[in-house]
Amino acid sequence: MLRINCPFCGLRDHHEFTYGGDATVERPALSERSMEAWYQYVFVRTNPAGWMQEYWQHTGGCRAWLVVERNTRTHEIGATHLARDRITEVDRG
Amino acid sequence: MAEQFMRLPHGGRVDRDNPRRFRFDGDEFQGLAGDTLASALLANGVHLTGRSFKLHRPRGIVSAGVEEPNALLTLRSHSRTEPNIPATMAELCDGLQAKSQNRWPRLAFDALAINDLASRFLPAGFYYKTFMGPTRGAWMYYEPWIRRAAGLGKPTHTADPDRYEREHAFCDVLVVGCGAAGLAAALAAARAGRRVFVLEQHAVAGGQLLSEPADSNAEQWRRACLDELTAQPNVTLLLRTTAFGLYDGGVVGAVERVSDHLPVPPADTPRQRTWNLHAERIVLATGATERPLLFGNNDRPGIMLAEAARRYLNHFAVLPGRRIVVQTNNDSAYAAAAELAAAGANVHVADTRANLDDTVIQPAAAAGATIAPASRIDSAQGYLRVEGVTLHGPDGRHKRRCDLVCVAGGWSPNVHLAAQRGERPTYRCDLGAFVPAGLPDDIATAGAVAGTLATADAVAEGWRVGGEAAGTDAGEAIAAPTTAAAPGYLAANNTDVGEPRPQQGKVFVDWQNDVSVKDVELAWREGYRSVEHLKRYTTLGMGTDQGRTSNINALKLMASLRGQDIPTTGTTTFRPPFTPVALGALAGRRAGPHFRAQRCTPMYDLHCERDAAFVTAGAWLRPWYYRTHGHDVDTASIHEMRAVRENVGMVDASTLGKIDVQGPDAAAFLDRVYVNGWRKLPVGRCRYGAMLRDDGFVLDDGTTSRLGENHYFMTTTTGEAAVVMSWLEYLLETAWPELRVHVTSVTDQWAAIAVAGPNSKRVLEAALSGVDLDDGELPPMGVRDDVCGDGLPVRLLRVSFSGERAYEVYTPAGYGDALWRRIEAAGADFGITAYGLEALGGLRIEKGHPIASEIDGRTTLEDIGLGAMDRGHKRFVGDVLRHRPALAAADRRRLVGLKPIDPRQPLRAGGLVFPNSARVEGHGIGHITSVTWSVELQTHVALALVEGGREREGDIVDAVSPVHDERLQVEIVSPVFIDPEGSRLHA
Ligand SMILES: [Zn+2]
Repeated sequence: MLRINCPFCGLRDHHEFTYGGDATVERPALSERSMEAWYQYVFVRTNPAGWMQEYWQHTGGCRAWLVVERNTRTHEIGATHLARDRITEVDRG
Repeated sequence: MAEQFMRLPHGGRVDRDNPRRFRFDGDEFQGLAGDTLASALLANGVHLTGRSFKLHRPRGIVSAGVEEPNALLTLRSHSRTEPNIPATMAELCDGLQAKSQNRWPRLAFDALAINDLASRFLPAGFYYKTFMGPTRGAWMYYEPWIRRAAGLGKPTHTADPDRYEREHAFCDVLVVGCGAAGLAAALAAARAGRRVFVLEQHAVAGGQLLSEPADSNAEQWRRACLDELTAQPNVTLLLRTTAFGLYDGGVVGAVERVSDHLPVPPADTPRQRTWNLHAERIVLATGATERPLLFGNNDRPGIMLAEAARRYLNHFAVLPGRRIVVQTNNDSAYAAAAELAAAGANVHVADTRANLDDTVIQPAAAAGATIAPASRIDSAQGYLRVEGVTLHGPDGRHKRRCDLVCVAGGWSPNVHLAAQRGERPTYRCDLGAFVPAGLPDDIATAGAVAGTLATADAVAEGWRVGGEAAGTDAGEAIAAPTTAAAPGYLAANNTDVGEPRPQQGKVFVDWQNDVSVKDVELAWREGYRSVEHLKRYTTLGMGTDQGRTSNINALKLMASLRGQDIPTTGTTTFRPPFTPVALGALAGRRAGPHFRAQRCTPMYDLHCERDAAFVTAGAWLRPWYYRTHGHDVDTASIHEMRAVRENVGMVDASTLGKIDVQGPDAAAFLDRVYVNGWRKLPVGRCRYGAMLRDDGFVLDDGTTSRLGENHYFMTTTTGEAAVVMSWLEYLLETAWPELRVHVTSVTDQWAAIAVAGPNSKRVLEAALSGVDLDDGELPPMGVRDDVCGDGLPVRLLRVSFSGERAYEVYTPAGYGDALWRRIEAAGADFGITAYGLEALGGLRIEKGHPIASEIDGRTTLEDIGLGAMDRGHKRFVGDVLRHRPALAAADRRRLVGLKPIDPRQPLRAGGLVFPNSARVEGHGIGHITSVTWSVELQTHVALALVEGGREREGDIVDAVSPVHDERLQVEIVSPVFIDPEGSRLHA
C-alpha cells in the first residue's frame, strides 16, 4: 500500500497508478540502428537493491507519466516528478 | 451426568441468566452466553475434541486463544459449514452445531488411530521425500490413501449464502491489541484528541487481564479504561477484529467477525468485514503466548497451558480439572496454581527449577497446593483423557493420578505482525524469547510483545508509546492495576523445555502437525538443520496455528542438537495472515457479476430487448448472438453470418478503442507509432495500420482516419484500447516531448454501428436522410463527418471487417440508441439482421483477418502476414528489434488456414497441429487460433499458426486435441478463404 505524490493530484494510493518500468534506462533515438543499443534498452536491467527511479502513470487520475523514486528494499517512496519535466532537465544538462 | 458439572457456582464473566444449547458430534450440551465453544465443552467435562492430523491421536483443548493447535472443529451445517475453527475462538450461540474432525467412524474410536502404532512408516520427511526424492513415483500410488488419511476438516461445496464487506478507514493512531498495554496506549492517544482505532480479536477486550478474577482490582481497572474509551467520539473500538497483516504506508489489514457469534447474520449485516486501515502511527500491543513443555505423551486430552486453565477458571468460571499437576519452569504458573487450589482443586506443582522464590510460591502453598522443586514429568498416562503422570525428582520416580496437567514453559511475545514490517526478531537471552526488531519509525510496540511482561511495566510502556504516537507528551502515566500474575520470564540460564527424552511415550513439539522430538532429531541427522529446512522437512509450524506454541521449543531442540545458541539458530520468516482469513472476507462484495466493473455500450438496453445472449470481451458485455436467430450459438451465428454475406447485417461496434489525435506533429507522430506511413494520407480517407512494441512484436492494429490537416481519429482493438492509450501517452511524455501532439481517449464518447452486406448502402441511404453515400463521395476507405436532415450527427467510415461492402457509422454516444433504431427501422424492408460477436468472428476468419487470438504478443508482422506493411523507408517503434535473426527463423509459426478433409468435422481452437500420422508428443508444429463454420464454403475452417507457414500450403497435417481425444486430417490452405481479390467491397 504505497502512496505516491502526484505533482498534479497530491498524495494518492498506488492503486490509482500503473507501473511503467525502469526510468533510468535511456531510450535510444528513433534513428538508432544498433540492435545492441535497443537490446540493452528493452531487456537489460540492473535491478538495484535500494533507491531506483521508476515510471508510473496516474491512470486513475490525471494520466500524467511520472518518474517516482522508490526504495526497493523498504518500499519507501521518495521524490516524484513529471516525466516531461525530468527529460527537459536532462536535455538542458 | 449433570449439565455443566464443571461450572463453578460463582465468578467469571459469563451470563448465567442466558443459557445456550449447542450440539457437539450430535450430542446436545448446554453452555452460557459469553462462553466460547471450548469453555462450554470444558464446563461439561469434555476435553477430547479431535484427532490429530497425521497419527490420529486423541487431542483436547490446549489453549484459550488463537494459538489453539488441537481443538479445531467444523461449525454449522449445509452451505454455512466452516471447517478448522478453533473452539477457543468460536463464541457460543444458541443452536450452534460443532463437529470434530479427522476421525472415522467417531471421535472416541478412530479406525485410523492405527497410524499412531505404524508411525515409524510416517516419519518426518515422509511427504517431502515422497514428493521430491527419487521415489517420488510413489506419490501416484499412495496419494488416494494419504489424502483420505491426512487432512483437517472438509469445506462445503455449496455457495456461501452470506455477505462480506470491505471498508477503508483512516486514523492517527491504530492500537492493535487491547490488553493492559494496548488500553493504556489507546487512552493516551485518545486523551490527546487523536482519531484512534483499537482492535481486539476476542469478543471481550482486556487481553491477559481477563485471566484475573472478575472481582479483582484489575477488572475494575479494565472496565474503567473501556468505559472511558468507548465514551470518546474520536475512538473506534473494534471487537472480534483480528489484524492479520501489516503493509507499507501504515496500512493494516484486519478482519472483523461481525456475525460469527450469531446463529445467522441479521438482515443487511455481513458475516465478516475486511478493514483496510490507514494509520499515521501504529502501536502493536499484541501480547505474548505461553509455551507448553515436553514430556512423554504430552499431547493427551486434559493437558493444557497453565494460563489457559486460569482463563477458564477466572473468565468462564469453569474448573477444567479436579486433580491437577502443574508443570512449570518459571514463576508465571503460580497464580494459576493458587487460584485453582482456592477453587477446590487438588493441585501439585512440579517445578523444574531447584531454587524457588518463597514470595512467588507462597500464595499457592497457602491455598493448599503442594510444590516440588527440581521435579519434572517423565510421561503422562491415559488415552482419551490424561489419567496420571510419572514424576521424577530428587526423591526418585513416582506416579501421581490426575485429570488435568497444566504446562507453563515460559512466554513467547507475539512478534508476527511486527516481523511482517520489521526485520527478523532478535533473541533476548534474559527473557528466553524473541522480540521485535528493526521497526520503521511509524510503528511502536508496548507490553508483552516487547518483552515487558509485568502488568505495571506494560501499562507504563503503553502510556508512553501511545503518547508518542499521538505526538504529545501524555504526562504522568495512569495508575496500573494490581494483578496476581507473576511475569513469566525465563531466567537467562533457563533453556529448559521439559523432558525431551522420557522413558515412555512420544514427545510432541508441534501438536497440530504431529511433529515429535524424534522427527526434529531425524531432520537434524539427515542434514536439515537450518530453521527453514527444519520447517519444510518436518512441516513444523506450518499448520493453521503457524506453530505459535511449538516454534520456540523446536528452536531450542535444534539449537542443542547443533551445539549452538538460539540467536545463532535463528527464526523463520513471518508472513501475513496472522490467523487464517476466509477467502470470502478478502473478496468482499467483489464476487459473481461484481467481480470487476462491466462496461456496457450505449445500445445495451436495445440488445437486451432483442434477446441477445451476452459475452464478456475485455471489460465489455457484448452481444454474442441473438436468441431470436437460433436456439444455440451455432445455429444463430450461422443465420447471422449468412445475412451479412447475402443481404445486410448490423453489429454494435462501440467497444472499439477510439483515440483523437491532434496537433501540428500528428502525422509525424503516427509515422513513428505505426509501421505504415500517414503523411500522404489525404484528408477524408482512412487507412489500416499496425503498431509494434519496442521488442518488435505486434502490439495492435486498427483503422485511423484523417479528419483534417492536423486531426486524426484512431481506432484500436477492443481489448488493447487502454494499453495503446497509455503507450501513446508514454511515448509523448517520456520519449518525444518535443512533438506537438495531444491524444485523447474518446472511446466512451462515440457509439458505433457497423452495417455490412451487399445491401448496406441501400439501408443507410434510407436510414440517414440527407447524407450522400454515393461511391464518389464515400469510396472504399473514405471518411466523412455529416449531419442527417433532422440533425443526427454521424461519422461515416467505408471500411469492412467481413469483406462485404460495409460502413462503420459513428455518432455521439447519446445518439447511439436513436441511430440503432433508425438503421433497424430502415433496414426492416431489406430484412436487416443484427449480428453478434460469434458471427463477427466467423466472418473475419473467412477473410483471414487476425485479431487478438493471432496478435497474441508473440507474433511478428511476418507471422500474421503483414510483413509487406514495412516499406523500409521510415523509422518506427520496433523496427530494429523486429529484425532479430530468431524472428526470421524458418520454423517460425506463421498464419495459415486449415480445412478439414471431412468438411463436417469441427476443429477446436487451442488444438495442436502435428505432421500427418506423427506421434502426439510435445507441442507439435503449430496450434489452432480461431475456428468457425464457413457459411459460404459449407465447411469448418480454422486459422492456425504453423511452422513454415504458407510454404506448407497443400500439405495434409493432423489437428489434434488430446483433451478431447480427437485427431483430424486437415489441409493447410491460404488464410483468406473467400474473395482474396477483395472485389466484394465494391459490390
Ligand atoms: Zn495525477
